[in-house]
Amino acid sequence: MNLRSLLLFVAAAGLACAQDSEVHVWPVQANIYMIVGAGGNITVQTGKDGVLVVDTGLAPMADKTLAAIKSISDGPIRYIINTHYHADHTGGNEKIRLAGSTIVGANVTGDIKDAGVGAAILSHINVLNRMSAPTGKEPPSPDGGWPTSTFLSDQKKLYFNGEGIDILHQPAAHTDGDSIVFFRRSDVISTGDIFTTTNYPIIDLAGGGSIQGTIDALQKIVDMIIPVYGQEGGTMVIPGHGRLCDFGDVLNFREMTIIIRDRVQDMIKRGMTLEQVKAARPTQDYDPLYGSTTGFWTTDKFVEAVYKSLKGEK
Amino acid sequence: MQRILRMASPVWLFPALLAFGHAPAWGQVNLAGVWNNLQILHEDEPERLPGPELGDYLGVPINAAARYRADAWDASLITLPEYQCRVHPSDYSPSFASIRMWDEYDKDSQQLIAIHIHHFAWNTERTIWMDGRPHPPEYALHTSMGFSTGKWEGDVLSVYTTHLKEGWIRRNGLPRSDRATFTEHFIRHGENLTLITVIRDPAYLTEPMIRTRDYVYEIGGQIAPYPCESVEEVIRPKGKIPHHLPGTNKFLDEFPARHGIPPEAARGGADTMYPEYEDKLRGAK
Repeated sequence: MNLRSLLLFVAAAGLACAQDSEVHVWPVQANIYMIVGAGGNITVQTGKDGVLVVDTGLAPMADKTLAAIKSISDGPIRYIINTHYHADHTGGNEKIRLAGSTIVGANVTGDIKDAGVGAAILSHINVLNRMSAPTGKEPPSPDGGWPTSTFLSDQKKLYFNGEGIDILHQPAAHTDGDSIVFFRRSDVISTGDIFTTTNYPIIDLAGGGSIQGTIDALQKIVDMIIPVYGQEGGTMVIPGHGRLCDFGDVLNFREMTIIIRDRVQDMIKRGMTLEQVKAARPTQDYDPLYGSTTGFWTTDKFVEAVYKSLKGEK
Repeated sequence: MQRILRMASPVWLFPALLAFGHAPAWGQVNLAGVWNNLQILHEDEPERLPGPELGDYLGVPINAAARYRADAWDASLITLPEYQCRVHPSDYSPSFASIRMWDEYDKDSQQLIAIHIHHFAWNTERTIWMDGRPHPPEYALHTSMGFSTGKWEGDVLSVYTTHLKEGWIRRNGLPRSDRATFTEHFIRHGENLTLITVIRDPAYLTEPMIRTRDYVYEIGGQIAPYPCESVEEVIRPKGKIPHHLPGTNKFLDEFPARHGIPPEAARGGADTMYPEYEDKLRGAK
């Protein structure tokens, strides 16, 4: 599956799920909220400086998403952070950006009023690369939703609404442009699609993802979380899809991902072909939780992605 | 006026209050106190202290996925620091040791708001809401204790629990998923308490898993603290998860061999819960 097909597939699958769904707001902790039902999960941080949003859901759900944001706070939307480029997480970028504004000044060329139109969209540079196209070619996403500010290194720091926000790039995980967003005072992590509760890890090989990068990124999330006791409480985790989580949920997902990686790796070592690996059903104990025979990300597609990723194929 | 005043005197007021105050949310039976099971540790003893043997799935209505997952389970998993203080889930914790129960009443209305349970095991506490509040939406946090609501059915406290984190049916790798729900019935008979737990898990069970536990009331009972701090027991590379690759777990044969049980019976499944299974085994010989 090429990149464009995957992008369209993600959008179509998400749209099919979202068309008859309602958008819900759920308080997480401190001044962080989770919006579910608009495609990928959306994180909203509010405070005296305004509103910061992590991901924006599907484009057709943008009006509902915007209404949900406004139900939390009528403050100005200042920032959108994109965890990766897929349309179920960036589709609402344009509409939500235009509902916000950026504080500008100093060395602005042209009309300073124009510079302040719309919220800033932050992401790793690879998100912009995946959403845009060279001049003269049709871009995969409309330019009104492209990131307006990108970073190239492994971290971008932001201070907003009285707390530090770490935007941590995870190379070659779900895609090559994933970011984990950590709200340090609220103690909430927004993971994007590195971590979900509804399906096997989606490894977008064409988009630069890999099984080992996914495991490394999950390990990074595990390392960042401090639970209250045992595996619970403390740091809250908003997954790319699914319910609100904490330490134990991420551990379970990491455990499953590593075990399946190990099984497929062992089968490769024993010389098994992709078809033989699929037939051996290395995911069969986790299929009741994460598996699917229909839809966008089937169990077969996951096994194939793990196999190809371990063999260094795209 | 005089008649009204007479009616309002304490002599009349007491039975009237009893009658009008008998709202549905009021506790029918007092369950408060420490309930000990130390005298009856022989009841399902492997669940209480040592943990069940590896490969013992007998009498558990698991499906093939649960069996496959349990076969892959390696007890070394719980040497990982992040797993050492993982608490017993609420459908397993009361099996393990003593519990303390207490009621929470609204000060003004004296309506029963909740019944709380403290488990000796892992120092966990859960709340059973008795005020009729709804369960949260599916996208809310799942926890080891889950979200519980209760009601009195006669003198039996019946509890329904959702929003569970993934847990275990037995401590030998038999999984219980985060989609499971369970119903409990707390039945007091004198100084004894019977707890019946019925677990339904669409992911890993083909039939409800029913478990009972008995406790004895302990006057002046105390429950010791249960602190837990994880340490590095084994030096491993980060991200290493102990598990058995399919077909390589050599410990699975030990349980049926040690007890003279047919290996296929040890594999569990709904059939093995019922007396008729013995006939089935005899027929197979």
